[in-house]
Amino acid sequence: MHLTRREFLQIMAVAAAQGMPLTSGSAFAAARSGELYTLGKAPGNVTLMHFTDCHAQLLPVYFREPDVNIGVGDALGKPPHLVGDALLKHFGIKSGTREAHAFTYLNYVDAARTYGKVGGFAHLATLVKQVRAQRPGALLLDGGDNWQGSATALWSNAQDMIDASKLLGVDIMTGHWEFTYGAKRVQEVIAKDFKGQVEFLAQNVRTADFDDPVFKGYTLREINGAPVAIIGQAFPYTPIANPRHLVADWTFGIQEERLQRTVDEAKKKGAHAVVLLSHNGMDTDLKLASRVSGIDAILGGHTHDAVPQPVAVKNRGGTTLVTNAGSNGKFLAVLDLDVRGGSVKSSRYRLLPVFANLLDADPDMAALIKKHRAPYEAKLSEKLAVSEGLLFRRGNFNGSFDQLILDALLETKDAEIAFSPGFRWGTSILPGEAITLDDVMNMTAITYPQVTVSNITGENLKSLLEDICDNLFNPDPYYQQGGDMVRVGGLQYACNPTLKIGSRISDMRLKGKAIEAGKTYKLTSWAPVAEGATGEPVWESVTRYLRDKKSIKPPVLNRPRVTGIAGNPGMTAS
Amino acid sequence: MKQLRRNFLKLSGGAGAMAVAAAAGLLKAGSAWAAPWNKSAFESKAVADVQKSLGAATLIESKEITITAPDIAENGATVPVAVTSKIPNTQSISIIAENNPFPLAASFDIMPGGDSYVSTRIKMGKTSDVRAIVKADGKFYTAAKEVKVTVGGCG
Repeated sequence: MHLTRREFLQIMAVAAAQGMPLTSGSAFAAARSGELYTLGKAPGNVTLMHFTDCHAQLLPVYFREPDVNIGVGDALGKPPHLVGDALLKHFGIKSGTREAHAFTYLNYVDAARTYGKVGGFAHLATLVKQVRAQRPGALLLDGGDNWQGSATALWSNAQDMIDASKLLGVDIMTGHWEFTYGAKRVQEVIAKDFKGQVEFLAQNVRTADFDDPVFKGYTLREINGAPVAIIGQAFPYTPIANPRHLVADWTFGIQEERLQRTVDEAKKKGAHAVVLLSHNGMDTDLKLASRVSGIDAILGGHTHDAVPQPVAVKNRGGTTLVTNAGSNGKFLAVLDLDVRGGSVKSSRYRLLPVFANLLDADPDMAALIKKHRAPYEAKLSEKLAVSEGLLFRRGNFNGSFDQLILDALLETKDAEIAFSPGFRWGTSILPGEAITLDDVMNMTAITYPQVTVSNITGENLKSLLEDICDNLFNPDPYYQQGGDMVRVGGLQYACNPTLKIGSRISDMRLKGKAIEAGKTYKLTSWAPVAEGATGEPVWESVTRYLRDKKSIKPPVLNRPRVTGIAGNPGMTAS
Repeated sequence: MKQLRRNFLKLSGGAGAMAVAAAAGLLKAGSAWAAPWNKSAFESKAVADVQKSLGAATLIESKEITITAPDIAENGATVPVAVTSKIPNTQSISIIAENNPFPLAASFDIMPGGDSYVSTRIKMGKTSDVRAIVKADGKFYTAAKEVKVTVGGCG
């Protein structure tokens, strides 16, 4: 690495201040582009690569990290609830650098233009090969949310992602949005496509009737002579956050006690290292790590937190490292473990941003992607409108692309209030770029896309918002579902995340007038979880709106007035 | 075998299946079909009244009672709840969903020598503490766990 002496000293000082061992990898903050992916000498014999929540993004994308990611209770001010400068400071990343761009929203548009798009399976494939060359025997783990998030995934019943994952060399995966293709499809893929190549693991999915396991819970692999157990943990709240009727015969949940038994069994069978491939979400994983013992590392996803370094959590068995590896194919995590004498002696973790400009496209993967896109390419590349401003989704309250969807729904459905789910997937569009059908699908492609219109009383509106808000800000992570707050159009409100359910939402207003409990309001929303809902797919409403407008002014973000969190480093003061 | 078990029960259908399962030893001991129906306890609308009807004037918090229930219910209409009591001479286990219109959801008499473990499914209208009341040697012990019932969506 070509560091100046001053840079070197700065990094060391910050690393020391954070109490990080000097092998912690934050020193790559100053690496020059070409050396970003040079791992150096392996500190051990075992390497696990991990990506998660790629949301079917086969092509490179822009993805803006959140400017609001509020932590409440014990999570206040701790990773992953740090944004912008607070995040850089905590992890010792220099501002204005490539890494600062990868991990934060700061100076987003200019930096995105400078450093270019991120992810894309052809570029990811090249990076995976580079890591495999430097770390022979490394396994590739996929934390799930792979099959959903694009038009081609939806229209091919996830076949494009299944084929791409196999070509990428995924060894082990778990799931969440995979289940929204229905139980039958998941089982068919595991039995046929994945057979002998990809192991799908989930210790926490059981049949609803007899509590029988649906999937294999863990696998024991020998990596360069070291026996390593990988346990799978699917998203515990799949039947709640997504339509239950799609997995009607299965029950999920965190299943802490069963997990402990699984860890103990794996150790009994000879595992010298135990790793949990988790789709719990980072807050849940942090709590889990404090209560379940014997897990060396949790490679986590779901909450899309790009956390540069693991959080070490103490429990009665020792320490568990908890990670979260971002989303949309933007990152590849590399966990090196030194497994000797029956246990893990040391570790090193890097969360490598996948910059498409720094990694040549792998020709085989590029060809596969081209083949899968060919039938839809013309349709998907249609320019529906031009965006004058930056469009993004991620953040606790509202993103500009969600605002665009809300505006489209309010207009096309002639409603007073619009709701758009607090999904964390979805890509970003820079000012001046065209919005294509591809882009619209990247924000909306789900198997239950219906737009519904209903009448709702003010009282029910309030309890609905309280309920969703509690899924985000309940101080006990086991009661959080890992999504963001529902995006709201038309209605203004105030929100105090630190209060209890029933008290967080206040001052609800429609065009300045207070919402009345007994009055009925016309509400439109999409992504109904109830079975049998009807309505046009949301992308049709949005597409019609875009074609009609041709040019989209920067959407005016309708975010709630957030109170009670002054100084919270999960929200930038504005 | 597992699939066979499932099909068998489907074919047997409803209450018949339960009887067959009980006869085959598939149900845990203590289901107590013949226990007298505590009408006033099941018709009570307040937890205090349930307690009174059960004869449990004072409750002792106990760590010997384990409640296994989801943190967030997948389906409020059928929430799986299991209770294990390690308290010696456990005589009965009652399950209460505190915020239900009729809080007492189930009550099991445990035969001497039987496993002090019961498992059932209860209906919950909204978020509530699920409380177990265990009678052992004439005394009443208790533990609770919150089960959240929430609207879905937003994954």
